[in-house]
Amino acid sequence: MDTSSVENGMITRSDLPLRVINSSPEAVAKAKKRARLSFRQIRTENIFNKTLILMGLIMVILVVGIFLTLVVQSLPSIKALGPKYLWGKVWDPVQDIYGAWPFLLGTLLSSFLALIISIPFSISVAIFLGEYHPAGWLPNLLKNAVELIAAVPSVIFGFWGLAVLVPIVRTFESHIGVAPVGVGIFSSSLILAIMIIPYAASLGRSMINLVPSHLKEAAYGLGATRWEVIRSVVLPYTKSGLFAGILLSLGRALGETMAVTMVIGNTSLIPKNIFAPGNTMASVIANEFTEADKPVYLSALIELGLVLFLVTVVINMIGKKIIDRFTND
Amino acid sequence: MNIDSVKFRLGKNRGFQILIYVLAFACVVPLLAILLFIIKAGITKINWHFLVNIPKPVGETGGGIANALVGSIIIILVASVIAIPIGILAGVYLSENRKSKLAYWTRLSTDILQGVPSIVIGIVAYFWLVKPLRGFSALSGSVALAIMMLPIVVRSTEETLKLLPPSLKEAALALGMPFHRVIFKVVIPVGIGGILSGVMLSIARITGETAPLLFTAFGNPYLSFKLTKPMQSLPLLIFNYATSPYNDWHDLAWGASLILLVWVIFLNIFTKIITRKWKVQL
Repeated sequence: MDTSSVENGMITRSDLPLRVINSSPEAVAKAKKRARLSFRQIRTENIFNKTLILMGLIMVILVVGIFLTLVVQSLPSIKALGPKYLWGKVWDPVQDIYGAWPFLLGTLLSSFLALIISIPFSISVAIFLGEYHPAGWLPNLLKNAVELIAAVPSVIFGFWGLAVLVPIVRTFESHIGVAPVGVGIFSSSLILAIMIIPYAASLGRSMINLVPSHLKEAAYGLGATRWEVIRSVVLPYTKSGLFAGILLSLGRALGETMAVTMVIGNTSLIPKNIFAPGNTMASVIANEFTEADKPVYLSALIELGLVLFLVTVVINMIGKKIIDRFTND
Repeated sequence: MNIDSVKFRLGKNRGFQILIYVLAFACVVPLLAILLFIIKAGITKINWHFLVNIPKPVGETGGGIANALVGSIIIILVASVIAIPIGILAGVYLSENRKSKLAYWTRLSTDILQGVPSIVIGIVAYFWLVKPLRGFSALSGSVALAIMMLPIVVRSTEETLKLLPPSLKEAALALGMPFHRVIFKVVIPVGIGGILSGVMLSIARITGETAPLLFTAFGNPYLSFKLTKPMQSLPLLIFNYATSPYNDWHDLAWGASLILLVWVIFLNIFTKIITRKWKVQL
């Protein structure tokens, strides 16, 4: 038998005729070199594979590291203040009284107000681009313009808000008879509303594109008008997707720092109404972090950061889950 | 009128169509207002002196933003050097190992990182670099921005490579090419358009970031090239001068805003062009 045989799934070469080995020094050197080269290649291969795994690992380490850093650094305040820190109503670092409620309330008020203002606009953009005019130069222009809103740096939104929007809000406030401060929760909600339109709009648009055309055609075939198709086919079908888009823009609004810091007025008092100045979690960190001279003060601010981190992570995860389920269906 | 009549339904249809058109195009109004206002307020401030001088103290007219321009460029370059290789390789890892356990966690971490508020990343960078090194530094700012860049680069790399036909990679492997050479010579060059647009997008994103720099790069009224010292950057300068009570400084901030805006918009348009040229989906 002069072909190789298969034993236990392995090819053995025992039956092959012996190879004549050239043992001249040049040939040996050549073979050695070749062996070294292929060893090196295997080693590079292994190193490369390990590098890839390491890079994947880095992302995980980063997130775990961020979380652990926040937890460890906020331990002093968690120990000293306990859970009642979160609903403490007074924030007075000079007298060592720390209560996060004014900032939690400020964050919730400004974000949800912004959400309510922005929803009609972002859904309209989504319907316009997804249903009425999916292609063409004008819709393209609108799409690019809306995406450009997301590109404008938040500090520029803040500066514009301070110079243009705040005076307008002040006039408006004096007309309706509240203290004309200008800066406050309302102004920051307006700015936030503009800033978060693109997130819900672009996601909503891609969701509306996913609506199967046979569903819409069936409705048209029954004699439905375009609005009726949108109302009773497109919107119900994309409900969860649109909700996810709104959730993701809420995540953005909660964490937004600079624009809010510049127009919210920065007081640590509980806002009495939506026109009053206040502070959000992010803005109080931005304002007071470098001034915090006591360990508990600093750590209380970091605890705010921890809360912000956890809340945005949860909101984003829920949003992502909904989108995944929607696109996989 | 009968609400089921065809006339009413058609009218309702028309009415809602107009409402949606109006609301959709109303979104452009604030954008235009911001662009026009910044251009109007900023264009008169920008001249050669504005670009090559550093800010003057309050009360003296003139002065420029050279320190912020240089600082922004340095901080962004260092952040890119840190984030781009890690991001691309992590993206390659995700596209090569779609089913592994670590890939699941990496993907989850990338998603989480994308949603982390920038101010939180600033806090963390403060404890990772500023405190151990005993002082604010440009390097810590770069690291904070690099963390913000990573998820965008990872995601765009993964999404691009996922779309490549597997036959391409298999052909290269069948020719006996080592795996790392397949990645560097075949996979990445073919997907470079998508990867590049992700990189540009991430740079555009961090160019305007202020919050992570507040407690890291901190800002510096003088021109500085040292990575271990505080450094000014455009968004920081805008924030500090915009919230100051002095008109001279406001003027400076308007000029800086215009430059930052043009820079960011330019990057975005550039990304769009790349995306269209390579027909990548982001």
